Amino acid sequence: MENIIHVTVIDREGKEHLLEAPTDMNMNVMELCKSYELPVEGTCGGMAMCASCQVYVLSDHLLPAKSDNEDAALDQAFFVKSNSRLACQIHLTKELDGLKLKLAGE
Amino acid sequence: MIETDILIIGAGPCGLFTVFEAGLLKLHCHLIDALPQPGGQLTEIYPKKPIYDIPGFPEILAGDLVQHLMKQAEPFKPGFTLGERAEKVEKTEDGKFFIVTGSRGTLHKAPVIAIAGGLGSFEPRKPPIPNIEQFEDKGVEYIVRDPEFYKGKRVAVSGGGDSALDWSIYLANGVAKEVTLIHRSKSFRGHPDSVQKVLDMSAGGKIKLLTDAEVTRVGGNGILGELTVQHQPEGESILQTDHWLPLFGLSPKLGPLAEWGLNIDKNSIEVDTFDYSTNVPGIYAIGDINTYPGKLKLILCGFHEATLMVQSAFKRIYPDKNYVLKYTTVNGIQGF
Repeated sequence: MENIIHVTVIDREGKEHLLEAPTDMNMNVMELCKSYELPVEGTCGGMAMCASCQVYVLSDHLLPAKSDNEDAALDQAFFVKSNSRLACQIHLTKELDGLKLKLAGE
Repeated sequence: MIETDILIIGAGPCGLFTVFEAGLLKLHCHLIDALPQPGGQLTEIYPKKPIYDIPGFPEILAGDLVQHLMKQAEPFKPGFTLGERAEKVEKTEDGKFFIVTGSRGTLHKAPVIAIAGGLGSFEPRKPPIPNIEQFEDKGVEYIVRDPEFYKGKRVAVSGGGDSALDWSIYLANGVAKEVTLIHRSKSFRGHPDSVQKVLDMSAGGKIKLLTDAEVTRVGGNGILGELTVQHQPEGESILQTDHWLPLFGLSPKLGPLAEWGLNIDKNSIEVDTFDYSTNVPGIYAIGDINTYPGKLKLILCGFHEATLMVQSAFKRIYPDKNYVLKYTTVNGIQGF
């Protein structure tokens, strides 16, 4: 279908979820996870200020560079790895079809 | 003992607007909040962010909205217990009033409680170290209550933000015997002046700086004695210390409210949308902290909830009085 991509999210128990994601709703990965009721907090609502939507990027998709806010938020977070990103800062675009992520620990 | 008509738990936008709506019905309000200033998330997390979905304001900064709400509430003289978390609720013997105890022991008495607690109360982020709780207040402290407490002691500080930088500078200026600042990366995101000061003090030997490093274990005999520091890309070292201050900012937790006997679903309090009452008669929940079918966590929805909630609270407090909704355009505002 047009304007639909697929994103795989691995939850903290290791279970894979294949999510259908619209690219025309101005949504990000944090909101996508919440709409599928995956356990993502998203405390600050998507402002890159709390790091409660931290994910590890497992596929080699080219993502937009981190903003200062995202860097600062990850700086305060725990379990941060080199492939850590904030899901709220990953906007769903058709280039991200097949994206694979894992939820970071809490 | 503070006495009021509606005790509001949480001084965020919904709590503040409740004061106004309650005031129109001649009900007095008192607010209690764990943070030292009103405004909740708006003040604590995003004061400089613009909000676009407040009716009538095409764009308003979160901090400015709080200022406006404070001004709107002002004629109704709300009381505030700030910097204190609502810990415990009890009923008076006659069953007519609630007594709420704050974390510093302040007592509040009211016939109605409105929980407008947002995401919960903001508490320090604790590093995920398994046995850290054994050493809390025995060398591990998440907030600096009294800097003199660290006089002549060896202190390690973790974090890269302003509080970690500022306390390192303060404690290294003749307070602590030894200050070590441990930070996960090489760059600090605090104020550039503070960052420079820390780097200068490190060069001058007043602060021991460990970057690309993270504390992974804590140890000691009853009280904190040492930290295990993991270095990037590899290596581990042991740091002998009397105190460790992990300063990783604040994150919200539902906290003691979870023990108040309210029906809770996924960290939110279940309410009846008729009047936003909880399962405990006399306790209401409004704003981001409540949940019901179709719930949206928006400030504007919280304002609506507050408005309907105070109508029900009024009937509860004055069951014999008939109230007629008045428009503020007709009568203006009569404050207290």
